[in-house]
Amino acid sequence: MARTKAVVAMSGGVDSSVAAALLIEQGYDVTGIMLKLWRGDEANHNSGCCNLGAAEDARRVADVLDIPFYVFNLSERFEDSVVRDFRNAYASGETPNPCVRCNQWIKFDALLDRAKAMGADILATGHYARVREHHGAYRLLRGVDARKDQSYVLWMLGQDELRHVRFPVGEMEKHETRARASELGLRTAAKPDSQEICFVRGGDVGTYIDEFVAPGARPGAIRDRDGTVVGTHRGIGHYTIGQRKGLGISLGEPVFVTAINAADNSITIGRREELAVAGMSVREASFVAEPPKSGTAVFVQHRAHGETNRGTVSAVDGGHFQIEFDRPVEAVAPGQSAAIYSAGEPDVLLGGGIIAVVHPAGRVDLLASSVS
Amino acid sequence: MHYLDYAATTPVLPEVRDVMFSILEGDFGNPSSTHTFGRKAKEAVEDARDRVAAAIGASPAEIVFTGGGTEADNLGLKGAAEKLRGSGSHIVITAFEHHAVLDTAEWLRRKGFEVTTVRVTSDGLVEPDAVASAVHRGTILVSVMAVNNEIGTIQPMAEIVTAVKAANANTVVHTDAVQALGNIPVDVHAWGVDLAAFSAHKLGGPKGVGALFVRSPVAVEPVIHGGGHERGLRSGTLNVAGIAGFGMAAEIAAKEVYEKAERVRPLRDALFEGIREQVTDVVVNGTLDQRVPGNLNICIPGAAGEILLLLLDQVGIACSSGSACQSGALDPSHVLLAIGTSRQLAEGSLRFTLGRDSTRADVDAALAALPDAVAGARKVA
Repeated sequence: MARTKAVVAMSGGVDSSVAAALLIEQGYDVTGIMLKLWRGDEANHNSGCCNLGAAEDARRVADVLDIPFYVFNLSERFEDSVVRDFRNAYASGETPNPCVRCNQWIKFDALLDRAKAMGADILATGHYARVREHHGAYRLLRGVDARKDQSYVLWMLGQDELRHVRFPVGEMEKHETRARASELGLRTAAKPDSQEICFVRGGDVGTYIDEFVAPGARPGAIRDRDGTVVGTHRGIGHYTIGQRKGLGISLGEPVFVTAINAADNSITIGRREELAVAGMSVREASFVAEPPKSGTAVFVQHRAHGETNRGTVSAVDGGHFQIEFDRPVEAVAPGQSAAIYSAGEPDVLLGGGIIAVVHPAGRVDLLASSVS
Repeated sequence: MHYLDYAATTPVLPEVRDVMFSILEGDFGNPSSTHTFGRKAKEAVEDARDRVAAAIGASPAEIVFTGGGTEADNLGLKGAAEKLRGSGSHIVITAFEHHAVLDTAEWLRRKGFEVTTVRVTSDGLVEPDAVASAVHRGTILVSVMAVNNEIGTIQPMAEIVTAVKAANANTVVHTDAVQALGNIPVDVHAWGVDLAAFSAHKLGGPKGVGALFVRSPVAVEPVIHGGGHERGLRSGTLNVAGIAGFGMAAEIAAKEVYEKAERVRPLRDALFEGIREQVTDVVVNGTLDQRVPGNLNICIPGAAGEILLLLLDQVGIACSSGSACQSGALDPSHVLLAIGTSRQLAEGSLRFTLGRDSTRADVDAALAALPDAVAGARKVA
């Protein structure tokens, strides 16, 4: 009988290398695919992924595993979608997560289409998350290794995708992944994890914004919450909600960015209490299975590798939903993703979306705390 | 497995392998040495120089061996530009040159030369008048490829050179002839070019060996300096086995060129006919009339070239699409864009190139594999 065909998205890193090896062990007919996601100076641009060195690493791993390996050029699509969104977000005062967008528009869309066209039933990546069949439907769970869990950036996967998607290393702890890579003699075994945004040179987002996001790089006013100008900022793209460093302002107590206002190119600062958020509106909502009913208690994660907070879903309507936190939560940045997990089974991802608007905790609290 | 990618590289001919092996095994001397070991190696090199010269209609003294076709293009362009720096700073190339020429010209532009890029027709041909009209008093160098590597179109080199020299008799004309030798008769003096680049591995020779024809008494500056090998134009101990292999390959290629064309052309035509029956909206890139016999370059509307290639490779059919960058990713071909193909259509391009050992079985296998590949590649585009 013909073996089931699987495509593994190989980045040249240890996780996707081991993912490919595990699928081979499980009996799949595996093909490795590397995505070329950005254009330009291949020889000199070195970041965590997508560069020429990474392509060579991935190719060598594929050689060792004795599987076919191809590179797909999705650089134009990446530029038109992920990079454009990244720039637009910073220009409009949001804090984007390009890895989420890449998963949404490239890996589990364009690449999944290509994998299917290749006759593959399965697309695997090196993400730390787990796919489980459960009463005839697919569930998406956090990875076994809580510190490496990446389910947060996978909220856009629904049943249509999960039917075809697998995360082989999500069943393992990171150190086990590295150990497997060593056993297999893979050259990527000791390679450091990539943390940087692949198309941002040297991970320097500030320089990138100055170079490519003009509306995010225009200096403007820093105001306190009463609207008084207390300083000048370097461009709204250089700030994120909750940021404390780099403000250059001394009000005799620690101050934080509490709001970014693209409309008048200003940022608002305030004391830590003013970062408190009671709830948020989420756009571009997507759910792993059926949308939760309004009033469902959930765990909410609002930034990568961030803490989870208890909250309640409401107003689930088409592409939107609301979250009300049980207790105020600090530093929630529009543009970041909100991933929601089952209150009863905290490893089970229910879905998520992009944070559109945050609802500050009540003024009364703020007044009370400012008086004290 | 069926290999239909002869323009990328060719299998090493048995005769070439034999002569190379005998040198690797026995005549290991350095051709610069004066002792017997050196003399024997020197003999092998000079014998190869005679053969290459004869294959392209040149004198042996006009042949400079290099480390491949790209290096020969670099030596021709940079060497001539540097030599002629005093007489002008203008260089003319065409839009569909190989990157060995395009990128070298771009480097020269950054070094202060002015570069004019001449358009080519939608047939994939260079018009002599178009080149000549770009040439003026300050034009020191023109580079036009003899045969395009992707679409296989054959350029009217003699007419181009005549037109250029009429515009400026002092302008040096270089040609990238890497895809010409072995596919069409080559006579550099009949063409009238001053410089011509060749590569061994496109005609059954080894990789990493090439030659620059430098018409006497044209002079170029070296790019690689050192022990003064190759009359000072290309220093570095000679790749004796590779050069000997090149000599053998060039001789066979020149001898067999007509006979090979008679065999390969009907295969190419059968492939095209078969594809046209399956894919009714197939588009041929460039004219079929002035084209090397083994080349077929097509676009399949609505198909993604990288998927086409992959699906064909999975069933043992090797061909190419676009131009592969270092990572192995494909970019839309600059050649197809230069002849006016839309970006979208260019994404679905396929190049089949047949050669010396191609058979009807190769063609039939490609035709048998194509429907599934096209169906798959049309799903994602």
